[in-house]
Amino acid sequence: MRWETAPLLEIEHLTMRFGGLVAVNDVSFGAGRGDITAIIGPNGAGKTTVFNCITGFYKPTSGRMVMSHAGNADAEQVAALTRSDARFVRHGANTLFLLERMPDYEIAAKARVARTFQNIRLFTGMTTLENLIVAQHNTLMSASGWTVLGLIGLPRYARAEQAAIERARYWLDLIGLTARADDPAGSLPYGDQRRLEIVRAMCSDPLLLCLDEPAAGLNPRESAELGKLLKTIQREHGTSILLIEHDMSVVMEISDHVIVLEYGIKISDGSPEHVRNDPKVIAAYLGVEDEEVAAVERGELP
Amino acid sequence: MAGATHQRIGILGAARDAVKTALLALGLSVPIVLLRTDQDFSNQLILEPRVGLTLSLVAIAFVARFVWLLIADWHKSRPARATRVPILAGMSVSPEAARRFAVGGLIFLFAYPALALALVGPAGSIKWIDNFGIQILIYVMLGWGLNIVVGLAGLLDLGYVAFYAVGAYSYALLASNDVVKDFMAELIGPAFWPAWAFWICLPVAGILAAFWGIILGFPVLRLRGDYLAIVTLAFGEIIRMVLINWVDVTGGYAGISGIPRPSFFGLPFTASDTGFAATFGIEFTPLHRTIFLFYLILVLALLTNAVTLRLRRLPVGRAWEALREDEIACRSLGINTTNTKLTAFAIGAGFGGFAGAFFAARQNFISPESFTFLESAVILAIVVLGGMGSQIGVAIAAIAMIGGTELLRELDWLKHIFGADFDPTQYRMLLFGLAMVMIMIWRPRGLIANRQPTLFLTSRRAISGDLVKEGHG
Repeated sequence: MRWETAPLLEIEHLTMRFGGLVAVNDVSFGAGRGDITAIIGPNGAGKTTVFNCITGFYKPTSGRMVMSHAGNADAEQVAALTRSDARFVRHGANTLFLLERMPDYEIAAKARVARTFQNIRLFTGMTTLENLIVAQHNTLMSASGWTVLGLIGLPRYARAEQAAIERARYWLDLIGLTARADDPAGSLPYGDQRRLEIVRAMCSDPLLLCLDEPAAGLNPRESAELGKLLKTIQREHGTSILLIEHDMSVVMEISDHVIVLEYGIKISDGSPEHVRNDPKVIAAYLGVEDEEVAAVERGELP
Repeated sequence: MAGATHQRIGILGAARDAVKTALLALGLSVPIVLLRTDQDFSNQLILEPRVGLTLSLVAIAFVARFVWLLIADWHKSRPARATRVPILAGMSVSPEAARRFAVGGLIFLFAYPALALALVGPAGSIKWIDNFGIQILIYVMLGWGLNIVVGLAGLLDLGYVAFYAVGAYSYALLASNDVVKDFMAELIGPAFWPAWAFWICLPVAGILAAFWGIILGFPVLRLRGDYLAIVTLAFGEIIRMVLINWVDVTGGYAGISGIPRPSFFGLPFTASDTGFAATFGIEFTPLHRTIFLFYLILVLALLTNAVTLRLRRLPVGRAWEALREDEIACRSLGINTTNTKLTAFAIGAGFGGFAGAFFAARQNFISPESFTFLESAVILAIVVLGGMGSQIGVAIAAIAMIGGTELLRELDWLKHIFGADFDPTQYRMLLFGLAMVMIMIWRPRGLIANRQPTLFLTSRRAISGDLVKEGHG
């Protein structure tokens, strides 16, 4: 139960309204440090909205999202940070972030939350390698002395770029795309593009990797490979993963923790085993007679 | 026409079709060309028939259609080639070929004044060096500057001429300002400012233009596509309106004249004893200055190119191109898109400012008339025709567009056909439009649509223009 004992990200009372529509209604959950956390739910349940709030693409209507980089957040410190105007605060080795206050690029750069998109967003006209180098923008930017020193041609930048290429090569090797490093990303097959987008996000060195339907459009074999890749990322890099997924075989196979949303409300939260047997989840997914729903809600059915 | 039928129409069929075209041309010409209203000596409105001109146009339409159909016929008769390079992909240029072309072009450019002198002599060469050489190179530089904003960062800027104007007026006002002159005379000596004004004001003009690039950048950062284009267009007009109406400073429509000329690193191009010619012991001729200006704009343009190529290999340049490809993905990777756009605007504007300062120094006179929207359109057309993001493509497009305009001035013999009051330069825009339409049909992504990757693991392979996005503002 790492999401309770050692959360990396804690979401409290997240609400997102678009005019009269409440897309996400008072959702709270934690994402455990080093866990693979899955958010599932029927279409239109508000999963992607939660993602967009976490990664700063939407400003949530209300709610708090606390990210704690090293070790658990101290309740006192979080309260102090919330009272202040600051977006983040350092406490020794740990840094606390309030994601709802930060702009999207800062969430990626400072809070180290990377994401992928439901519809793949690669830089199609750039090569596979270039995609992975762009992901290391902030490291390279400071190595190039914010362009000024790089323009003169200092060796420091050349070394940093070489290191960036090596890092890119590591990830390309891992997904078996090294041979296509110099091909435009837009020319890759769909499955490769999905995996490239994931490793591109990994190249920005995140602590939390948010994947929006990574298995969408993949065949069973590719889905299995994807599961392996995510397990490798979790095991060897200690990166926590938050994913939205419809493919239950992937979700049940790799997740440590599953959250179920329906109509913007959290209906279940726990281990895959727990969620699989939760009658509310079964009702949401399979659909049941109205009387049964009422019975479930009254807690009469198991 | 290029339908599935491979039937040939033959000469007779082509002639029949061409007659139809000629009739259509006649029908269009009668109301538009044939009747011209004029005033006679007693100020009466008279109709002047232009039968000769109308018939020439009809004849041109007939011949063009006829030849076109015959060529198409001949094409159909040949066996289809097994592999056809899709036209959409644009011209495919290997890196080696591009490098050879660039080196050859450079050698030619550096030898150009000498070539012109040798071929047409000192009197005739001024036209070739000034009107063709310098004029084209100014637009090459402007094209390269705008290429950063439009080609690399994918931000459609319709008001680029504003930065050109800021550079030109900054230079003109600073270099001919008496307060600055007196201050410098007191500080360093009376000879310093006249000799070095150009070399100090040139970078200042560039920096001021870059500053205005940032000023424009801030309000338009949220805008995309059409909206961005409209606002930049308005910005260009605002700058021009300020130049026209702030008469105390800019002289309004009258402009600024007597702008100091550039010196050869302190040596003026005059017949005096301290001038360039006397110092080097050669006979004075105004050609010296023209040749010097040619090399100056050549170096400035090459500097623009070198900086752009270098920036493309730096994180900021890759961020520009990534921004053009997908702005949202950029933000998800921690790239501050605000700063990225601002740097693109500022650096592009800075080069426009350099070119403007050079323009003012070369012309010796500037007025708002040199900075109309048409200039922005021409520069943008150069970038689009050349192939967005392609340095060589932009250079070729500038040569074709500006050189073509200048060549129109050489077509005086057309007066023998169309009458004495026919002015070929009036047809500039018509030809521009025609060139644009042709390019958009045959090379929709510009002359050179391929993108060269900025780094590679095993081999550098050009990326087809089909995959490269144009940006969305």
